[in-house]
Amino acid sequence: METLIHNLVAAGTFGTNSSLVAALVIFVLSAVVFLGVAFPFAGIVSWVERRVWARIQSRVGPNRVGPNGFLQWLADGVKHVCKEDIVPDDSDATLFKIAPYLVVLAFVLPWAVMPFSSSLILADLNVGILYMTSVTALTVVGVLMAGWASNDKWSLIGGIRSAAQIVSYEIPAGLSIFPIVLMTGTLSMQGIIKGQGWAPQHWFIFANPFTFIAANILYVSALAEGNRTPFDLPEAESELVAGFATEYSGMRYLFFFMAEWGNLFIIGAIITALFLGGWQFPHVTKNPVLMNVLELITFNVKVLALVFVSMWVRGTLPRVRIDQLMSVCWKYFVPIAFINMIGTAIWVAIWPDGNAFMGYIMLAGAIVVAVIFIQRVIFYLRRSRMEMYFKPTI
Amino acid sequence: MTGVSAYVQNIKQTVSTIFEGMAITASHFMRKPYTVQYPDRMAVRVQDTLPFRYRGILEVDLEICTGCLACERACPIDCITIVADKDPVTKQLLLSQFDIDIAKCMYCGLCSEPCPTGSIHHTTEFEGADYSLESLIRRFVKDPVIAYKPKKGPETDPRIAPILNRGMAYLDQWAIPGSDKDAANKAAADKALDQPDAGDAA
Ligand code: SF4
Ligand code: SF4
Repeated sequence: METLIHNLVAAGTFGTNSSLVAALVIFVLSAVVFLGVAFPFAGIVSWVERRVWARIQSRVGPNRVGPNGFLQWLADGVKHVCKEDIVPDDSDATLFKIAPYLVVLAFVLPWAVMPFSSSLILADLNVGILYMTSVTALTVVGVLMAGWASNDKWSLIGGIRSAAQIVSYEIPAGLSIFPIVLMTGTLSMQGIIKGQGWAPQHWFIFANPFTFIAANILYVSALAEGNRTPFDLPEAESELVAGFATEYSGMRYLFFFMAEWGNLFIIGAIITALFLGGWQFPHVTKNPVLMNVLELITFNVKVLALVFVSMWVRGTLPRVRIDQLMSVCWKYFVPIAFINMIGTAIWVAIWPDGNAFMGYIMLAGAIVVAVIFIQRVIFYLRRSRMEMYFKPTI
Repeated sequence: MTGVSAYVQNIKQTVSTIFEGMAITASHFMRKPYTVQYPDRMAVRVQDTLPFRYRGILEVDLEICTGCLACERACPIDCITIVADKDPVTKQLLLSQFDIDIAKCMYCGLCSEPCPTGSIHHTTEFEGADYSLESLIRRFVKDPVIAYKPKKGPETDPRIAPILNRGMAYLDQWAIPGSDKDAANKAAADKALDQPDAGDAA
């Protein structure tokens, strides 16, 4: 990146003001990355998610625009761009207009420390994971701003709910990151990933029972922070019309949901980097480019699997009540996260280099659970009518 | 102690219900959707799959309409407009207008009940969407037609017989459950349904 800029400057293409050129190049590149990666990702996820829910509910989902409805997200985007941009009377117009951008910003900023592979990372900050959790919390500012500026009671309640929810769940989320920091002694994304191996028993999720629980708590907290079902109280359409998004229209409305779908990737990436071994892939080749591509694929497969699980959870669980939401956070997650932290500290004190045996036991346990799960799935499939099995596309 | 055990019990219950729920949805993920992809991508027209006696958009068979206005009077919301006059020359009843405003109609079926000949009846058609209210008015009379003159006797028009027959067959088949003549009824009903004109001879 820097060498590229230096080369450009040295070639004399852009005059001599190298910092200006650097800023320009970064600006253009980030625009390209945003338009070329983040935006289509959010769009495609929206289509995949609708298909996944549909299948879970025995429906078909969008299947008209493009092959199997694949271009539905583009059609939706065009539709929203064409819609009128309404700013309600008596609303705080400036804040009302800024709010969606803040939410999108909270979704774009974490990409800076996204560890796609061993060298494909924009900036390997030595406070990477801290940066990631803090900038994703910017969502609460945007949502609260949207709720307040709309001058609408539904929106206000939605925004306040969002604030309560995101601020609460920051605590168990942060506390669940601590065990990993304790084990690796670093906050950098790459440092944490390098502390793990490529094989599942070397992942931090299977390092000890405490990290396993921490991974689950972090995942659920991240879902809550991302306003995902079962924690989508801020835009609960059955109680609050659409919550903080009630007064929005057109592209501004879509921005909120783009950020939500994009956040799925961030959630998956945090879990993958912290607990699932990140981009770790066995050294099969000396070629650095090929190696990086393999790592990129590994990372993305893991993240997308988690994205799928988020959709699956959303298709399964109903929305929780606000008091249940708070009780889950404060009565269950926070104390358990504290116990995790202390437990991991003791564990690390006893086995500073980790306990390899535990990894195998935990992996075996996970496989047993997976087998039981598959048995249950087969049990439920058997109870359905025979001719309805395995006909995936329509 | 109960507090702690309740706490642990809660966690256990949460985990097990989510586990079970996820298994159910995963099994649904591998099943075929039930969705009928109306209006295109269908094996048969939806109209053909609707049940007998479906109350769709009304239709008037002007050839057997007697011009008695019973339907107009029966309609609670006045969506039927009939103009029937005596032709001064031939002294016959002439129907010069028969409109049904399907924008108003609520498909209650009250109009088809008093009709002596079964001329006004529901179809299985239900797609009435249009761009203007005007075009939702169904005008059945293009040129004035001579009203049907019923014959004397209990059974008047051959055209009604199959309709009646079908209705009776339907009742026999479905509306008397558990009767010991079920099989026979069903055979008779099937026969009647297959040959709607069987009543002609009777
Ligand atoms: S179905 Fe009911 S509302 Fe419609 S025309 Fe007949 S009587 Fe009137
Ligand atoms: S449709 Fe039936 S009820 Fe109405 S005027 Fe004609 S015969 Fe009489």
